[in-house]
Amino acid sequence: MRQTCNSDGGVGSTENVQARGITLLSIFVDTPTAEPNPETKLLADFKTDTHLRKVYLAGREYLNKEGQTSVSPLIGKIMQQICTDPTLCPEYPSSFGLPEFTRRATELVLGRDCHAIVENRVLGVQTVGCTGAVRLGAELLKHWYNVSGVWCGPVYLSSPCDDSLAGIFEAAGIQDVRRYRYWDTEQRGVGVQKMMEDLEMAPEQSVIVLSASAHCPTGSDLSQKHWRLLTQLMVRCRFFPFFLLPAQGLCHGDFQQDAWPVRLCASLGMELLCAQSFSHSFGLYGERVGHLLCVLKQSSTLLAVQSQAEKQVRALWSRPSVRGARVVATVLSNPAHHVEWQEGVKSMVERGILVRERLREKLRLLGCPGSWDHLIQQGGLYCCTGLNVQQVEFLEKRRHIYLHPNGCLNPQFCLAAPPGSLQRRHTPKLAVWLCLSTHRIIRVSCLRSPLPSL
Amino acid sequence: MSIFAEVPQAPPVAVFKLTADFREDTHAQKVNLGVGAYRTDDCLPWVLPVVKKVEQMIVEDNSLNHEYLPILGLPELRSAASKVALGDDSPAIKDGRVGAVQALGGTGALRIGAEFLRRWYNGTNNTATPVYVSAPTWENHNAVFSDAGFKDIRPYHYWDGEKKGLDVTGIMDDLENAPEHSIFVLHACAHNPTGTDPTPDEWKMISEVMKRRKLFVFFDSAYQGFASGSLDKDAWAIRYFVSEGFELLCAQSFSKNFGLYNERVGNLTVVAQDKDNLARVLSQMEKIVRTTWSNPPSQGARIVAITLNNPDLFIEWKGNVKTMADRVLLMRDQLKAKLIALGTPGTWDHITQQIGMFSFTGLNPKQVQYMIKEKHVYLMASGRINMCGLTSKNIDYVAESIHETVSKVQ
Repeated sequence: MRQTCNSDGGVGSTENVQARGITLLSIFVDTPTAEPNPETKLLADFKTDTHLRKVYLAGREYLNKEGQTSVSPLIGKIMQQICTDPTLCPEYPSSFGLPEFTRRATELVLGRDCHAIVENRVLGVQTVGCTGAVRLGAELLKHWYNVSGVWCGPVYLSSPCDDSLAGIFEAAGIQDVRRYRYWDTEQRGVGVQKMMEDLEMAPEQSVIVLSASAHCPTGSDLSQKHWRLLTQLMVRCRFFPFFLLPAQGLCHGDFQQDAWPVRLCASLGMELLCAQSFSHSFGLYGERVGHLLCVLKQSSTLLAVQSQAEKQVRALWSRPSVRGARVVATVLSNPAHHVEWQEGVKSMVERGILVRERLREKLRLLGCPGSWDHLIQQGGLYCCTGLNVQQVEFLEKRRHIYLHPNGCLNPQFCLAAPPGSLQRRHTPKLAVWLCLSTHRIIRVSCLRSPLPSL
Repeated sequence: MSIFAEVPQAPPVAVFKLTADFREDTHAQKVNLGVGAYRTDDCLPWVLPVVKKVEQMIVEDNSLNHEYLPILGLPELRSAASKVALGDDSPAIKDGRVGAVQALGGTGALRIGAEFLRRWYNGTNNTATPVYVSAPTWENHNAVFSDAGFKDIRPYHYWDGEKKGLDVTGIMDDLENAPEHSIFVLHACAHNPTGTDPTPDEWKMISEVMKRRKLFVFFDSAYQGFASGSLDKDAWAIRYFVSEGFELLCAQSFSKNFGLYNERVGNLTVVAQDKDNLARVLSQMEKIVRTTWSNPPSQGARIVAITLNNPDLFIEWKGNVKTMADRVLLMRDQLKAKLIALGTPGTWDHITQQIGMFSFTGLNPKQVQYMIKEKHVYLMASGRINMCGLTSKNIDYVAESIHETVSKVQ
């Protein structure tokens, strides 16, 4: 126990105890300070940096033309409608969330005519963002992957991946989390061969976490040809795919294409989980609109799995919050809104491509060593520059430009900012010049150096 | 072969099943006394007028964006919510040793607290620390602590079915005999499902034993304001324990007292001995949140924060809360009066002695079945009714049904 007692066995309030000259220890005295998560630390370092021209390029959001997060007028209008709608009542939603939302979220990924939907072997659960979806999926796997005993992994994550992923599986009680090689510094893209090698070595029934499109944090994805090879391997080795789809539509500007790997697995009759987010595609980050999709092999298992999912949700957050999901459901259920929204997503993609092209062009004009084609081959929110740890550190310490330690950044944060706004938004020219200086000064550990293993 | 082929069906959640059965029932006079939410006298959910007003303000405020909230939540909500629980003039708050984590409703707050305690309380990852929940308690308490990793969840005596009141001796015995450092989940007010709370003197006795035996205090506060109509009165127990020097956790829910059931607004208040301990605790809680939902939802948090931090809106909100509490008190008075007028066997004082949304009627399982099957009045097998399900239109029918049931079924 952390508290000492006084002579009559009671522990008094701080004042009483101090008056009696007794030391009182907190029951929390042995709780250590948690290591800050890398993203929080990076942002904190940026905020305390007093340099006038500091740049933050590691943001997690999509930005509009003005360099700010925003929602489209359509979304704004729908939020207003919802606010004044007298038929909407503030009741507890089910633990699965809004049925209209889960239905549309499921159709968006799989396509309305997907056999799995028609055969009633798909479960959809509204979750608290993509993190909530991954957590719920992890809990389901932990409890039910091996009914005869507790299953603890292994789960395979790409190297690199979102830095919170491993922690989510661990929090669900899955300790055996491993990596497969993904980003290849030499090729400035996905090292498919190494990836396949690593997965060939994985034990049967491993869970493989895969990015369906717009890989975080590299922006590099597999080609369809490579997806086919990978699914063959997964079927052969009896792996269980757990897809991440945080930005459907924002990779290619095409919702079907961005979900293609998930549809491929479903069409092959595989069971899978897919964690979705609508944060980016709707600009609704704060509302935490996520979805966990579960495709089963047999419809006879649906009710049981559904009941167990409900049980997990009940003890995590009981039910999700509805506001954001209601907006998304309203858009996806209305053909005219749906089209307008898709057009909006396409223009976000076009803007993203433009920024990448400008960045690459600037680098080329400045004669920056190496090839920068990978910037435009990548898609979605993130971009992996290929800079190594020393180069990233140089940028941070000497140029006050903040990237993820693995060399990944969000190119949109290079956009021009309106006067008087946060310092985090700067012109591509500045960012590029500073990238260039990195290559000129650190010649030895230049572009071809491998990234340190994660 | 599906990897899920042998997954068993989980038992249905009793209160959800009750509501589902009620929905399918076509009887004209059916009454649902199982629902866990407020209803107006027209048996409709109620959007608090202050909430409507603030929602409109939010929608029209172009300066508000849709970005992620910080991991620990909206700062204005966290501080205001803790103040509501501990009081404006709380010395603990002034000392800077009170912090909070915004969570998804009361459930989320309990879960984050439970996860923290399992990892860092009474050793590191000590899953064997006993967790005591009242007998009976909200049926989700068990699941939250169990899923957080605790292996030893035990009941403590609470409800005395014979005297239809608190089993004070039982509580005190369990407190005296619990292993040191055990965690006790205490309902701050309006105990769910019995509606029976300790008196201030009884709370003082509980506090004395818990202090002496080094037991951990984890308050569940889902009904502040809703129980008596007074925020301060309903927080008396929490404030007393803080004044007695306890370090404690308090899971708050704003689902009921703001009618924001579907926006999931909760807050885990942490009272530590000093700033330093508080900071370390919050850093670990942040890590836990990051792997659970990453950032909490913004909509409900803004509504509550704006309301609590604006003096006029705060007064308006307290009025709305009192409206709900008063309707419940009225239904209690009327139900008891009608049962007495009908000459219903037994005593019915407990109906008005109990407080909050729920009442433990004392009906036994056979009587409950009769109520449901023969009278189409739905209540939990424990005999719990939600007073909010009673209205001026159905109260006569319900009173008559109870009268008939108690007379016919033993």
